[in-house]
Amino acid sequence: MIKGKAWKFGDNINTDDIIAARYLNTIDEKQLAAHCMETIMPGFTMKVSKGDIIVAETNFGCGSSREHAPVAIKGCGVAAVIAKGFARIFLRNSINIGLPVIELPQASEINEGDELEVDLENGVIKNITKQKSYTFTKYPEFLQDIIKNGGLIEWVKIKHIK
Amino acid sequence: MTITEKIIAKHSGKDKVSPGEFVESNVDLVLANDITGPLSINEFEKAGATKVFDPDKIVLVPDHFTPCKDIQSAELVKRLRGFAKKYKVRFYEIGKVGIEHALLPEEGLTRPGDFIIGADSHTCTYGAVGAFSTGMGSTDIASAMITGKVWLKVPPSIKFVYTGKRNKYVGGKDLILYTIGKIGVDGANYKSMEFTGDTIQNLSMDNRFTMCNMAIEAGAKNGIIEPDEITALYLEEVGVTSDLTLKSDEDAVYESVIEIDVSKIMPQVAAPHLPSNSKNVDEFSDVKIDQVVIGSCTNGRISDLRRAASILNGQTIHHEVRCIIIPATQKIYQQAVKEGLVDVFISAGCVISPPTCGPCLGGHMGVLGEGEVSIATTNRNFIGRMGHPKSYVYLANPEIAAASAVKGKIIHPDKI
Repeated sequence: MIKGKAWKFGDNINTDDIIAARYLNTIDEKQLAAHCMETIMPGFTMKVSKGDIIVAETNFGCGSSREHAPVAIKGCGVAAVIAKGFARIFLRNSINIGLPVIELPQASEINEGDELEVDLENGVIKNITKQKSYTFTKYPEFLQDIIKNGGLIEWVKIKHIK
Repeated sequence: MTITEKIIAKHSGKDKVSPGEFVESNVDLVLANDITGPLSINEFEKAGATKVFDPDKIVLVPDHFTPCKDIQSAELVKRLRGFAKKYKVRFYEIGKVGIEHALLPEEGLTRPGDFIIGADSHTCTYGAVGAFSTGMGSTDIASAMITGKVWLKVPPSIKFVYTGKRNKYVGGKDLILYTIGKIGVDGANYKSMEFTGDTIQNLSMDNRFTMCNMAIEAGAKNGIIEPDEITALYLEEVGVTSDLTLKSDEDAVYESVIEIDVSKIMPQVAAPHLPSNSKNVDEFSDVKIDQVVIGSCTNGRISDLRRAASILNGQTIHHEVRCIIIPATQKIYQQAVKEGLVDVFISAGCVISPPTCGPCLGGHMGVLGEGEVSIATTNRNFIGRMGHPKSYVYLANPEIAAASAVKGKIIHPDKI
């Protein structure tokens, strides 16, 4: 069960917003987190508490394939990203590193600061602040497996190497 | 099935696939660069892997921050180099390396019907030779380096039909900017963009690479053009024999069909801060510019340089503008020298950079400061893309970029 505060973003939040290219000469999670959302929400990493949730509108994560983007978000302590829609490379990158990403058409109804509860097993999001509940379409078994196991590499380890 | 579905089906061991289906496919080529490769190598080692699935099918191209722009970048390339040596995969050293999406076709590594994945969003470029080619993240690439496979959801296809004669200066860049302007940066989200029609059939390979390169800017999974005589001629030059039978079926099912009358398209410029913010170049009457970049995986090929040179020949660039020319590969650079294009560029006041992605992503070789404005033949103009968050990038074709360098402001090439 994921529990945390919502941080709201708009449409078309792109990978240069999430982590600018000039910081890509590092792969360290904490160094990347330090610059996460720098141009659109300076100090984001300092404001976020572990377990908090990003809530956005359409086409979240559009642009580059840089996996540094979900890594930076995860490094801030964000436990899940909810959005009306995701760009596809960002979506699969998040799944592959074990960062839950949830498509929710009603994402606009969530405001910044709302206390949320996300139940990945049953596909339910509860907005505690607004006393509202939403269901979402769960991923196919094997993708849920990947997220549950902490990412694609863990899954590959289990299936192919061990 | 559409051509995309056919390629996916073949590589997944299935007779047929349908949009929405999850499959596991074998890959023909796996690509990574100096910023995405090191993450892949980390994941590869975390998995405890001791060998790659096929060294010949893995290519590492250090092109983004090279020749290394700082110590950290040098350490990243060392990692790439070390991995390549240990596992005997393909690696291109400085002196041989070029911008990956111009280099790989030139090296004969991309063929019709291939299934190619790359840890770079513009991997969709190779759809121009009729391959299924898509960008993914570092972990996907690490997993593919071990298993030779990748999971994916079969995308629905949108058929774009371009008909009519192109106006002067209108090339692949203008066609794709117009298209993205029409459908938006998520207008083809998760879809396969199939570019068809008589305009496409008459389009050169360089222009086809440009179009497929920017499919990702509409959110697409891939862009693709059926291979034909023009493809065959190009591939012959790079030592590849091709299968021209690969086509979408007559009864293939498309999610939608979009018809575009090319005769109505004038040269395009995409204004900050989205590639979909494209307008007719004549709508920009007083945009002063500080920097011009002519190059990139979108428009850094020999015909792009010829087009720029045709405008710059005998001209001098504006005294308040710096113009950076980046041939996409060493072969292209050499060809540009042979044809006298480099002479034209230098005489006009431009500088020539070694092949690199450099300024396209605000890395090096032309980063922008606060308030600065650039027009570039690159593919993205998000906030801060080329440098300072308060800098501005306009996207255009080589002739508009060159003309703008001369005039010091965005201008139609015929107006200089």
